[in-house]
Order: sequence, then C-alpha cells, then structure tokens
Amino acid sequence: MAVIDLNAPGENRLFIGNEAIARGALEAGIGWASAYPGTPSSEVIGSLAEVAKEQKIYVEWSVNEKVALEAAAAASYAGIRALAAMKMAGLNVAQDFLASLVLTGIGKKGLVLMVGDDPEAHSSSEEMDSRGIARVFDIPLLEPGDFQEAKDMMKWAFELSEELGTVVMLRSVTRIAHARGNVRLGDLPQIEQRAIFENVYNPMSPSPTAYMPVPSPLRHAFQHLKLDKARSKYEGSPFNRYSGPEKPDLLLITCGSGWLYSQDAVSTLGLEKRVGILKLGTLWPLPEKLVQSCLQKTNRVLFIEEIDPFLEGAIMEFSSSLSPERRTGIFYGKHTRHINSFGELTPDSVINAIVSILDIKYEPITAEYINKLESIPKNFVIERMLTFCPGCPHRASYWAMKTALRMDGRDGFITGDIGCYSMGLGPAGFFQNRTQHSMGGGAGVANGFGQLWRFGFNQPVMAVCGDSTFFHAAIPALINGVHNKANFILVVLDNSATAMTGFQPHPASDLTAMGEDATPVSIEVVCEAIGAQVEICDPFDLKSTIYKLLKLLEQNNGVRVAIMRRTCELVRGRREAHPFKVRLIAEKCIGEECGCNRLCTRVFRCPALVWDPAKGKTMIDEVICTECGVCADICPEGAIVKETVI
Amino acid sequence: MKQLIKDPLNIIVSGVGGQGNVMVSLVIGNALVNEGYFVTIGETYGASQRGGSVMSHVKISAVKQYGPLIAKGQADIILGMEPVETLRMLKQFGNDSVKTIVNPRPIHAIDLAGTGYPDLSNVLEKVAGLSFKCYTVNATEEAQKMGNPILANMILIGALLKTGLLPLDETSLEKVIREMFPGAVELNTSALKRGMELVQIEN
Repeated sequence: MAVIDLNAPGENRLFIGNEAIARGALEAGIGWASAYPGTPSSEVIGSLAEVAKEQKIYVEWSVNEKVALEAAAAASYAGIRALAAMKMAGLNVAQDFLASLVLTGIGKKGLVLMVGDDPEAHSSSEEMDSRGIARVFDIPLLEPGDFQEAKDMMKWAFELSEELGTVVMLRSVTRIAHARGNVRLGDLPQIEQRAIFENVYNPMSPSPTAYMPVPSPLRHAFQHLKLDKARSKYEGSPFNRYSGPEKPDLLLITCGSGWLYSQDAVSTLGLEKRVGILKLGTLWPLPEKLVQSCLQKTNRVLFIEEIDPFLEGAIMEFSSSLSPERRTGIFYGKHTRHINSFGELTPDSVINAIVSILDIKYEPITAEYINKLESIPKNFVIERMLTFCPGCPHRASYWAMKTALRMDGRDGFITGDIGCYSMGLGPAGFFQNRTQHSMGGGAGVANGFGQLWRFGFNQPVMAVCGDSTFFHAAIPALINGVHNKANFILVVLDNSATAMTGFQPHPASDLTAMGEDATPVSIEVVCEAIGAQVEICDPFDLKSTIYKLLKLLEQNNGVRVAIMRRTCELVRGRREAHPFKVRLIAEKCIGEECGCNRLCTRVFRCPALVWDPAKGKTMIDEVICTECGVCADICPEGAIVKETVI
Repeated sequence: MKQLIKDPLNIIVSGVGGQGNVMVSLVIGNALVNEGYFVTIGETYGASQRGGSVMSHVKISAVKQYGPLIAKGQADIILGMEPVETLRMLKQFGNDSVKTIVNPRPIHAIDLAGTGYPDLSNVLEKVAGLSFKCYTVNATEEAQKMGNPILANMILIGALLKTGLLPLDETSLEKVIREMFPGAVELNTSALKRGMELVQIEN
C-alpha cells in the first residue's frame, strides 16, 4: 500500500481509490477509523492503520461491521471525527444499528460511513447496490467519480455530516476503489484531539445529549428536514457538473466509474459536439434544480451507472412530477436494456449503448484482424479455474473432509461459507460445498440440517468457516446449535489470517491493526466454553486429520468442532522457509498405467503439480511449489517424496 | 515531459494470480506519475488472485485522467507475463498495430475442461501473428539464473523500457525502484538492466 500521510501538499501521487479515500479522511482530521475487512473496501482502513501512530489516530479492525459502526458512532458522540468502512455485504450486518443511528443523529463531530460496492461480484457473493439503503434510511449519499474526488469528497463528507448532524454515506465501487489514478495531496491538519461526552441530559432540549431514536416519528421528520438542507447544499456542489454542448442530441446522466467510461466513450466516438454529460457526485437526495436544468437541454437521456437503476429511477420519478411540457422525451438505460441491470459497466457497454441510440458506426478493429482472431483454436485460450494457492492448507483440509465423508458412507456434505474456502464449491475444494451464502451462513444452515433427524434425515453435515469468520458471525450459530442440541460438525479452517482480504489481524491475533499488543481470543476456549467438543487438527497431517474427523462423524450427535490449524501459505511464505523438501522420483510415477487414475493432477489438482503428456508422468513446477508435502501423502505409488528440512 | 507515441497510450499487463501483475503496473505507473503524466490503472483483484487470469489496464495521458478499463480492440502495448494469458489479451484487446512483449514461460492451469495446456510453440506463434511487433523475452528463465523467479517482472519492465514505447528512461525507473524496494535496490536494478539487454531494437 502507498504511504498516505506524506506531508507534501500539491504533490501528485498514484493512489488506488481506497487510499485516496483514506487520505481524504486524514485531511479531514479524523481521530477514529474502524472496519471489518471486505473487498473492495479493505485498503481504506488498511492504509490508515499503517500511519495511525504517526498521525495519532485510532484504527481498529473490528470483529464485524456492526461493531465497527457502533464504535465509530461513540467516537462522534465524544467529539472525534470518525470513519467506519465496510463492503456492501457488511453494510447488511451493520444495518440494524444504522437504522437507529439515522434517528439518533451524531455528536458534535462528523461520522462518515464508507461502503464499497462490488459490481460484477469480482470478490463477493452478490451484486448489492448500497445506494438503495441510503435512500431507504434517509442518509445523505455521495459517490466519487475519480481518484481526486475520492479524496476531496471524503474530506467534504465530514463537513457535511457535521453541518447536518447526520451520518453521511460515501459509496465507492470496485473500479474506483481498486483502480489507481492521480491524486494531488492537500494539507494534513495538526489537531490535538480531545474526547469528552457531554453527560448532561435534558429531555426538554431540542437536542438532548442522549442518543436515542425516540420519539421515532418526530426524529424521522427531523431527518427529512436534514435531507432538504442537504439537497439545497448539493445544488451548487462542485462534485456535480455538466459538460458538453448547450443543446446536446443526447444527455448522459452518470456517476462514479460510469462518469469515466462516459467521458472515454464520448472521446473515442468523437461525439463531443453532440453528447453532453451530467455527472452527479451528490446522489441522495437528488439535486432537483440542477437535474431539471439539464433535462431541459435535450429530448433524449441515457443513464450510465453501476448495478441498480438508482439515478434512472429517481430522475424518471422526478421528471414525472413536472408539468407535461417540461418533461423530457425519452429516457434510455437499464429499463430499456441499453445498459445491463447486472454485471459491471465496461467501456464497451457504454460505447455500444450510445452507438445504438444515435445509430452510428463503431468498428475498433479491421475485418482482417477479426479473421485472424477467429483462427485461434478455442482450446488455446484455456479457462483458468480459481483455486487455492500452492501449499494452501485449505486444499489439504478439503481433501481430509471429502475423504472422511466418503469413508463415513452416509452421503454427508459441507455447508460452505465466505472466504478463500468459498472455492470449496469448485475443483479447488473437490466440489464439496453444497450451500453457500453469507458470513457464518454455513454454521447457521447446519443448525437446520442438524435438527432434521426427526423427519428421517440421517446425512452427516459439516459446516465450514474461517478463523476470522468464526468471530464475525459463526459464534451465535454455534451457541444455537449447542443449546438446541443440533447434530453437526463445525470445521474452523484456522489459517491465522483474514486471508481473502489481505491478511488483516482478527480477534485471535496477537497484534492489533496498529501493530500494538492484542489479547488473542482462543477459538477452542470459546467453543469449549459454549459447550462444544473440540478437536484440533493439522491438515498437513492428512492421516491423523481424517481419523479425527471420522471419530467426530461416528459420534453423530451434538455440536462438534474441528479446528484445522495451519498458517496461510502466503503469510508463512513471507516469514519462513519451505516446511519440507519435496521431489518427484520420476521412475516411480507410472502415469496412466497406475491404478490411481492421475490422482494428483486430475483430482488433487495443486497448481504446482503438472501432468506432462509427452512423458506420461507428473512433474512438479518448482517455480510455484511451496513444498508443503501434502501430495506426497496422496500419491499411492510413493513417487513424491517429502523429507523434513533439518 | 516527453511526447507520448499516442494519447491515451493503452497498456495491458497480463498474467496469472501471484505472478506480480499489480506490482508491474504500479512500478510503471509510479514512474509515469513522477514524470507528470496522468495514469489510470484498472486491475483484477480479490478472488481472481488465486490462480486465475489477471490483467492490469494502464491508461497514460499527458492531458487528462482516463477511465480504468481499455475498450475491446484498443490496446497499444501488451506486456504478457505468461503465454496463454498474452494470447487471451490479444484476443480481446488486439488490433493491427499492437506491440507485444511475451514471457514464454507457461503457468499451468486448473482448467475445468481438463484439456491441459495447449502446445506452447503454437501459442507463441499465434501471439506473434496477432502482433504488429512481438518481443519474446525469457524473463522467468533469466530471473531463475539471477536467483529468484519473481525478478521476471523487473526484467519484463526493462524489456518494455528498451522498446522505447514508454516516455521513460532508466533513471526514472531506478528512482521508483529506490522508492518501492529500498531493501532490494541493486537486485531490481540489475534485473531491469538484464531486461533491457534482452531486447534488440532494429533501426
């Protein structure tokens, strides 16, 4: 990650959107930042954590998003500017608190909720558009259109939050959050932060210093007044702008990454004199006067935005409230299928929508080149399936779970969860996951299967979760299972890292986000305290792990926990040498002749094991092999040897 | 600021998760921003890191901030860290004038169809056939000789530098190496130089 606290106003830096957002928070003088990691939002807090001591701010990886937001609210109540960050899936976890927070208002200092949406679900289970939540909950909503704005807007979000007295939401999408661009640095304020909670309660005061959502209807009305104020501030905001001809043939209305694609498309097609762009940065409430003045410029409007037709719906709704002669002629967008209502925007999807509406031609490559492309045999461009890294303990854990479930013979299965091990539904995990939803969802679903014996259900169920996920959302499901005597095994894939999102510490770690000493919370102690039986396994010791799982399966009642403990290979690889010396004895590998049916390269499928069709043997790719030695235990011929490193 | 050969100049860096795609685009991007250019980089992140195909789109301009993705058929340069991944990018972003640098060392795939890695010489032939100009740079092999396959990335950057397609010189890259890899300046600088030696420019 880039160093975000460079004190060099006016200098240009190449930042990812998330680093720009973090820099903006520093320039705003925050004292608090908390989050649970989630792509594409993690680097906001990650880059703040790296400079926390230097900048004298508090940065925390919280146990989950709800706690992150709750704790940030407290900082605001005590007069410290606070930021809470999360991905859209995490917003769902925080929503219960958020709904009340809107009504209670904030303290004297600003509170900003930054949410990262993931159009195309690059690293997510679903494509949720969190802008809808801002509208449902009456929260002022901003969205940056480039990297500079990501910084500047975050800074302004705090001013807005304080002026209105409400939490403000800043939404970003993957193609801003995780893209890089130029950012001109501003000043870093030098503030002595001092926290104090004004502990005087006067219920008759219009703003009693007690943060409660009651009386709800009255506070609901207050929030609407705040939105009216936000709307009038938005009208003149520099984050909204129109560029293009006075009377365009087509008006693009856009926000976020859609703005960048819109500009690129207009210049690629050379339509600067025919197409205008209204870019909005303040999305909710809608700056109606500005929108109306732009609608009057043209008779045709195309909406370009990621995921849901948020502006499209709101502006069409607004337009229909105008008198007939002031309404715009035709609206194009997701409802007319000129832009997809699923997946992410691309430069081509925007170009194609404009080309189709204006009925013009766009041929980026020659017919001759297209012919050349068509001559490439399909099997030359193989599809790479996502898989666990070479040496990943999860591959060994999944091998052990699969083997134990087969040996048990009662058609058992795995309920999956969110993390690297989500790949358990594909070849990486030998297609073992049968359900997959949300953080902790595997354990929750297993609670249901675990009660169905009374209806004749007799298949064993293993729920998986990661170590970070265990703390985030699996504990209530575990308690539920123990209390109600559900029958399932919870397998905690403990790789000592929040690996999927970049190895952030979690409650079992001995260091905090800021690198200070933490009190590690023991997973096994928590499980035993709840009343579950616990087995600790080393997945690289396949034989003993499979044996332990079989014993747990045999028990067939109550909640049992198996903790698969091996450090994430990407973490271990940074600190230590390879655990074993692994080599292939070529003469022992008899390839197709062996009864194993190419077990290592066809089924186990570590990327470092490569089938050499010319030699009819397996070979080890020494560039990527991490010498975990698990394949040595899988090869029935003993052709792969692991030796302990002395 | 030197004149760009085209504005915006569109570069795609392609490879397999774990190879160092992000680092390559970041080194190039930082050097260009230091020289005063606008740079936008769009990357594949997250789950795709785990053995999947990854690409970085780098858009360079002297005038303005462009969007994070390159439109189909609009790449000017493809820096391919892996043969099949280079071909994949040419298929989507190639055109009659695209220049390609390819590292011929394959990373084998976990492919669902199970057809296995295609014949390497055929793939490289297609890569050359789809490029206006194609430079084959044995980056992994050279990096292994230097003691660490990860140096292949800096070797490829050196090769790209030597082609003269970027408005950068050795000094600006060395400056970025000092900023980004303070613990391994010499190693990375020698990899950069090795990469430059591996490309012959015809006059």
